[in-house]
Amino acid sequence: MSGPHAHALYVHGHTPVHRLAPEAKLAAQLLFVLAVVATPREAFWAFGVYALLVAVVVGLARLPIAFVAKRLLFEVPFVLFAVLMPFVSRGERVDVLGVSLSVEGLWGAWNVLAKATLGLAASIVVAATTTMPELLRGLERLRMPRALTSTLSFMIRYADVVAEEMRRMKIARDSRAYDPRWLWQARAVAAAAGALFIRSYERGERVYLAMLSRGYAGSMPRLEEAATPAVVWAAALAVPAAAAAVAATAWVVGR
Amino acid sequence: MHIPDGFINAGTSIAAGVVSAGGIGAALRRAAREMEDRQAPLAGLVAAFVFAAQMLNFPIAAGTSGHLLGGVLAAVLVGPWAGAICVALVLLVQAIFFADGGLSALGLNVLNMAILGALGGYVVFRVLRDVLPKRRPMVVVAAALAAWASVVLASLAFFAEYAVGGVGGVPLGAVFTAMVGIHALIGVGEAVITALTVSAVMAVRPDLVFGARDLAPGPGAAGPRVALEA
Repeated sequence: MSGPHAHALYVHGHTPVHRLAPEAKLAAQLLFVLAVVATPREAFWAFGVYALLVAVVVGLARLPIAFVAKRLLFEVPFVLFAVLMPFVSRGERVDVLGVSLSVEGLWGAWNVLAKATLGLAASIVVAATTTMPELLRGLERLRMPRALTSTLSFMIRYADVVAEEMRRMKIARDSRAYDPRWLWQARAVAAAAGALFIRSYERGERVYLAMLSRGYAGSMPRLEEAATPAVVWAAALAVPAAAAAVAATAWVVGR
Repeated sequence: MHIPDGFINAGTSIAAGVVSAGGIGAALRRAAREMEDRQAPLAGLVAAFVFAAQMLNFPIAAGTSGHLLGGVLAAVLVGPWAGAICVALVLLVQAIFFADGGLSALGLNVLNMAILGALGGYVVFRVLRDVLPKRRPMVVVAAALAAWASVVLASLAFFAEYAVGGVGGVPLGAVFTAMVGIHALIGVGEAVITALTVSAVMAVRPDLVFGARDLAPGPGAAGPRVALEA
């Protein structure tokens, strides 16, 4: 790891958003995204309000605009499928600059692009203000089963170690001037993956034995138990509550 | 393959979330019985391996590449239950932090890639193992075919989900041809990498391959081995 509790997407800060209890932040993220997804796509104004809500939180968290904008450009390949929609969908068609497009497809593409972008924006804010240990604590307090959170804690702790191990193997291969480009050269990649698995598994065995020798008896101790105050929950859930109100309004009046 | 937010409507996404939560709950109970208190460190390290392996691009042809999903690979190496949990945890972190697959679509992605991909793929693997001769090379053959089937299975599941709650009115025939057709090709890459990786592990530590446990174990099999380096 690059620091005691930093990950690549984290932006260091001491803002109210950074200090917010992680379980409240995660619940807010999920509820916000669900409200966005449940919004009728014809309610353009609602998506404007959502973008504004996210912008306010970005401001409160003092995240650099350039950082957020750059991360937003990170497009998912799935979006390609959305871009194709207007061309292949059935139903009524309109001419845009001489190209015949499906109205239903245009709506579909807008729907996916708007909602996926807002989901991405929410995840950028959460990732930029939450450390990995906080994520774990949040999930644990959201009553995720202990077996899952403790497995996840090992995954997070060792993800960088394993990824670095893989990078070293790639450097070793590159420095021997072998650069596989074709599927029939995949053996070199797979041999590395096999070696990586064995090294990861054996590391897991060593970690387990080290834990046993330090008195591990099947579960990790909980370090803090203080409950999150209702005020904190209220502050975090204000954002998804506003989003839910917008979604409900859009269904009743809007369009 | 990672479904973003807004692609499938909220009702279908939530229904898939409930099914996935039930499936992972069942997997947890079974994995706990198989791995006992070694589960956290071992499954955690294997999940870290799946996480890293997904970053591993394999060449399909000059210029294009695909990345491993790893469902069948994990299931054959550590067992279907632990394998499904590893893939689901990777998807969880990707959804919360990286928006690689939407958070509202997490249930759909876990259903397609962890439950159908790892558990469903392992069922295919088991059936093939029963049909094929009981020899070591056949483990690799079965893993390859199951890996291909798991990718196609996941794309079929996506097609079903799109038919139930998809947006955009793309003709279902076109979705089927595009998704299942493309994934039948991607599956070939998945099959080759899965097979070669399983055979690489079989060559060095056959005792670690869960899907080959019924074959005669080599010397020093079973139980954690103490290694010298820390």
